[in-house]
Amino acid sequence: MVKAISQGNVAARKRNKSSRALRKPNRSLGGDIFIWVILAFFGAFFAFPLVFAINNAFKPLDEIFIVPPNLWVINPTMGNLQDLFIIMSRSWVTFTRYIFNTIFITAAGTVGHLFVASLGAYAVSKYVFPGSKFFFGLVITTLMFNGYVMQIPNFLILAQLNWIDTYWAVVIPAFGMPLGFFLLKQFMDTVPMSLIESAKIDGAGEWLIYSRIVMPLVKPALLTAMIFSVQALWNNPQSLLIYTEQLKTLPLAITQIIGSPHSPNVARAGVNAAGILIMMLVPITLFVFAQSNILKTMASSGIKE
Amino acid sequence: MQTTSFQRYRAKKKAMRAHTWAEMKKHKTLYLFMLPFVLVFATFTLAPVIMSLGLSFTYFNVLEAPRFIGFQNYLNLFLSDDIFLIALRNTLILAVITGPVGYICAFLFAWFINELPRFIRAFVTLVFYAPTIAGAAFLVWAIIFMGDANGYLNAILINFGIINEPNLWLTDKDYMMPVIIVVVLWMSLGAGFLAFIAGLSTIDETLYEAGLVDGVKNRWQELWFITLPNMQGMLMFGAVMAIMASFAVGEVTQNLAGFPSTDYEVHTIVNHLVDYGAIRFEMGYASAIATILFLTMIYTKVLVGKFINSIGR
Repeated sequence: MVKAISQGNVAARKRNKSSRALRKPNRSLGGDIFIWVILAFFGAFFAFPLVFAINNAFKPLDEIFIVPPNLWVINPTMGNLQDLFIIMSRSWVTFTRYIFNTIFITAAGTVGHLFVASLGAYAVSKYVFPGSKFFFGLVITTLMFNGYVMQIPNFLILAQLNWIDTYWAVVIPAFGMPLGFFLLKQFMDTVPMSLIESAKIDGAGEWLIYSRIVMPLVKPALLTAMIFSVQALWNNPQSLLIYTEQLKTLPLAITQIIGSPHSPNVARAGVNAAGILIMMLVPITLFVFAQSNILKTMASSGIKE
Repeated sequence: MQTTSFQRYRAKKKAMRAHTWAEMKKHKTLYLFMLPFVLVFATFTLAPVIMSLGLSFTYFNVLEAPRFIGFQNYLNLFLSDDIFLIALRNTLILAVITGPVGYICAFLFAWFINELPRFIRAFVTLVFYAPTIAGAAFLVWAIIFMGDANGYLNAILINFGIINEPNLWLTDKDYMMPVIIVVVLWMSLGAGFLAFIAGLSTIDETLYEAGLVDGVKNRWQELWFITLPNMQGMLMFGAVMAIMASFAVGEVTQNLAGFPSTDYEVHTIVNHLVDYGAIRFEMGYASAIATILFLTMIYTKVLVGKFINSIGR
């Protein structure tokens, strides 16, 4: 079976090569130029603020407030990043504590999410049993919910459980993220049923099939669910749920320093820029490393109505 | 006659129930597999929505027990809360513009990127997708649209002599909505964009070859007759993601235009929800707002689903 799959890949690669060498006959040169121009124009629009943010983080204060403002930094300095670290280390909570909180919450939330979601996704993907279809439909519908709609009841539930201001307030709800479950289920659909049936004939139980056969085959989807989960935990400071300084994560601490653009603190403009840089660099870097796996996973993300 | 058919119906029902029960027993390991996810999902995703529905019919200020008041919250929202109507209008404007435009742009960009040579695709994908995941990076727009001559856009326009004095992009009623729309579009490509990129690259090449034989003349025909009908699943997924993002605008308006914004010009339903939920602690009222938002999104999804199913037919 594995052999057959790899042979299929080789064939696909060969086909791609030949199609690249041959220019498609129904493509016009004008169209190609049009596409390049459009993409260059909008690419600049999408990249500009990010380039601006990166440059700002390395500008000394006088360059940030220069009139007219400059996109590119002239005398790059590490001063802003240093100031950010100094401000953060002046808090009575040590810097390492923020790092520990971040790593603990992200790791616990993500590992739990991958385990819990993949177990459920396996059952729904590979078998039809009473309630399975209904449940998956429910998950698809909840893909549309956003945190705001659920914020208030969520707070009440967490308060009932006495989890407010503990790590669990962020970690446990992350286990049930619908997007990860959805992507894992869709990707598991591509694992051939014959593989599972032949393992059953050899006497393997569901647990063995799940852990030894299906999980290794859905690594791209696991990695994708992992990246989305880490991003969600990173970009979601949850200041309502955790307010003790010792329990806060790095993003939450940085967000507090950045503050609102509507109460601009001139002296801290450089620090703000450095904070924004760190906040955006982490998720983007993660995406770069996982990009090919993410795209492999998204190829099976279609919803059939 | 009637009784016999009723008896038959009962017998059938009973047999069906027995069958379901047998099926459930047979798959009891699978229920065990599902249990952890179902528990967490039900507690933190389903229960909040049901609670929100229930609370929307009550007066609830967190300190006292909720008191049932029927449809009063909804009546107040539509009959006596002018700001809610403004928020509703703004949210619909934002959703109607940023939803479809963002969705179509995401697809067009993905399609164009797929036409590029292979080596550059990954990089271009990153450039377009980065704003979606960059989190706090949208705060940079506050510097670009800053109201004094320090703002990037003002400085450029003054330099070129297009305007004489700086525009208050984020507090002047004439400019706020367009500025917010630009920023929301900038960060709205989302997971749907990735699904489109992935979907386009997996369509069977032989279909295109067959299309060529059948007389497909250019890439637009290829798009309409071959590509789109083969990507309906991805299109639906992208639509779900786009609906979620376009109705949930709130953080951007709050951080860029202030809270509340000038004359509530860009006040959205989410802003209104946060106002009542997190500041005034009128949870029943806030829940009614959340329920309306939720129902609007579900209804939009049904409409969009019908449209997508009719593509290419």
